[in-house]
Amino acid sequence: MVKYLLLRIANYALLLFIAVSLAWVLAQTQLHPRQLFEVRTPPLDPKSIENILRAANVSDHVPLWDRYTTWLRGVFLHWDWGTSPGGGDVGDEIGRRIWVSFRLVTIGWLLGTVIGVALGAWSAVRQYRISDRVITALVLILVATPSYVTGEVSKMVATVINKQVGFQMFLFLGEKSTGTLPNYPLADVVDRIQHMVLPTLVLTLLGLAGLQRLQRGLMLDALGSDFVRTARAKGLRENKAVMKHALRTALIPTGTYFAFQAATLFVGATYTERIFAFQGMGIYGVDTISKQNINGVVAVTAFGGLCYLVGAILADLMVAFLDPRVRLS
Amino acid sequence: MSIDFRTNEEPEALSGFEHPVAATTKRLTRGQLIRRRFFRNRGAVVGLIIIGVLVLLALFGQYLLPWKFDQRDLGQYYKPPSPQHPFGTTQAGFDVLSRTVRGLGKSLIIGFMVAIIQTTLAALIGSSAAYIGGWYEKAWLWVIDLMLVLPSFFLIAIVSQGGPKGNYAWLLLVVLLAAFGWQLSARVVRSLSMSVKEREYVAAARFMGLSTPRLLVRHIIPNIASMLIVDVCLGVGYAILGEAGLSYFGYGVQAPDTSLGTLISEGAQSTTIAPWIFLAPASVLVLLVMCVNALGDGLRDALDPTSLSGGQA
Repeated sequence: MVKYLLLRIANYALLLFIAVSLAWVLAQTQLHPRQLFEVRTPPLDPKSIENILRAANVSDHVPLWDRYTTWLRGVFLHWDWGTSPGGGDVGDEIGRRIWVSFRLVTIGWLLGTVIGVALGAWSAVRQYRISDRVITALVLILVATPSYVTGEVSKMVATVINKQVGFQMFLFLGEKSTGTLPNYPLADVVDRIQHMVLPTLVLTLLGLAGLQRLQRGLMLDALGSDFVRTARAKGLRENKAVMKHALRTALIPTGTYFAFQAATLFVGATYTERIFAFQGMGIYGVDTISKQNINGVVAVTAFGGLCYLVGAILADLMVAFLDPRVRLS
Repeated sequence: MSIDFRTNEEPEALSGFEHPVAATTKRLTRGQLIRRRFFRNRGAVVGLIIIGVLVLLALFGQYLLPWKFDQRDLGQYYKPPSPQHPFGTTQAGFDVLSRTVRGLGKSLIIGFMVAIIQTTLAALIGSSAAYIGGWYEKAWLWVIDLMLVLPSFFLIAIVSQGGPKGNYAWLLLVVLLAAFGWQLSARVVRSLSMSVKEREYVAAARFMGLSTPRLLVRHIIPNIASMLIVDVCLGVGYAILGEAGLSYFGYGVQAPDTSLGTLISEGAQSTTIAPWIFLAPASVLVLLVMCVNALGDGLRDALDPTSLSGGQA
């Protein structure tokens, strides 16, 4: 088991190294930070532009291979992921934004998972009844709706509600208000909650839709399987047959999915971050590209890849842990 | 849930329930069977009809509508829906309906092209990996893992940021979306082909001296065609959402051309004063993706002989 895991991790480390190197080459050849400085008014002297670019290791006058070795040395010897063209350490920026994304995503993700699994299992038990049909139809709409549409619509509805109730019940700019807060106990907590309601709702709906579909299918398979039929034929009560025999089996693949997603929480929800103005990881990735920040986008890619692989390992472990049919030794 | 104990009878023999006049022994061809199973699924049929209407609208809408997508109605800025402009006008006086139709067309073209390219790639790579095996297979599996590790959204955005601009820039987007879209399907194709390649007729064809590419195209890929058809259909939905997502951040289809994603991101800037600019393309996008998904699900149920959700045919 341990040997298997170590081999797997070594393979993943190699994979990640090559993937990030490819992303690095792509970013270095496709992004042009020089343009940022050339359009400045008053114009900068070409020599000082070159110095700024060389300091960030993004000058296209330095051979690609030299830039690559400099970058590798920085990352492996000093854990230094470089700076953005405007100065500012990329590693620090990411370290800060990871937690913004985490705070934004966690509650919505947990709610979405729990509600999605419950709805999926419930609608499978009630297959083809009205409740199943209504849930399945709503989920079909939700699955087809990208988060930026859900997000914008939720903002539009919230604006109407705010107008109706006469005060700002829902807030949707950033994590918390920047001005002075009203003077009552726990005002800052209330303020944060007001900011969190809408993005959490959007993320919940997003997660719920996918999981309901997944869980309903798995549950239907489990309900139709021989061992559940046997359990019923032996006279087990309906509830017990469903909960103990069918649901348990149907939860194994969901468990892997859950483990995989747990690792990707930190990468953030790019669209939700944009719509609700959270300064998280996802939006940082987009901003680094539009701002020609080569080191930034490489670091985001590396972090995203790392999360993906940690998720894959967690999912493997989860299968081994949950599914009695899997033996790794 | 009822438990079905009929196991000795062949499902085809039950077609007598549908046609009381015909003898119970009447056999259906596989095509008839699939058609019947498909048309029993109301959601999928409605989806197919709506997709048909949307495609026709995208093809011929520009000739039927009074306004061109890049034609301004001067003086009519931010006008709510009216008989003259059924979906209202934008800040610059463009007709939202004709822009939505134009964007729909581009989204559909991109969606279909990406889906067909990526499924073709998946079929060729997956089946050849399974058939040839050895180092060839290992190498492809490794490439698939590698491409799944890379966050495709950022890489596509980097390339389209630095890539060529102009009228045909969207073709690059098609290539990129397809390049990052085939991996999961290829894995499925590979595992399906593994069992197909063990069949006797594949061995017979090989001993008759058929070349590998020909054997793949003639004997292996047709056996997984049903999975590929479903994959194309669901791929259209993913590609349309993928393109819209990139366009939402400005990395997709570039102005003056437009797609549903571009229109949604334009409309999102003025939802408080002119919600119709956002709502029109957004609802068309949701409707389109919903129909494509329903069609894909219906096709899967109709083509999968073990699925019971199409009812007995």
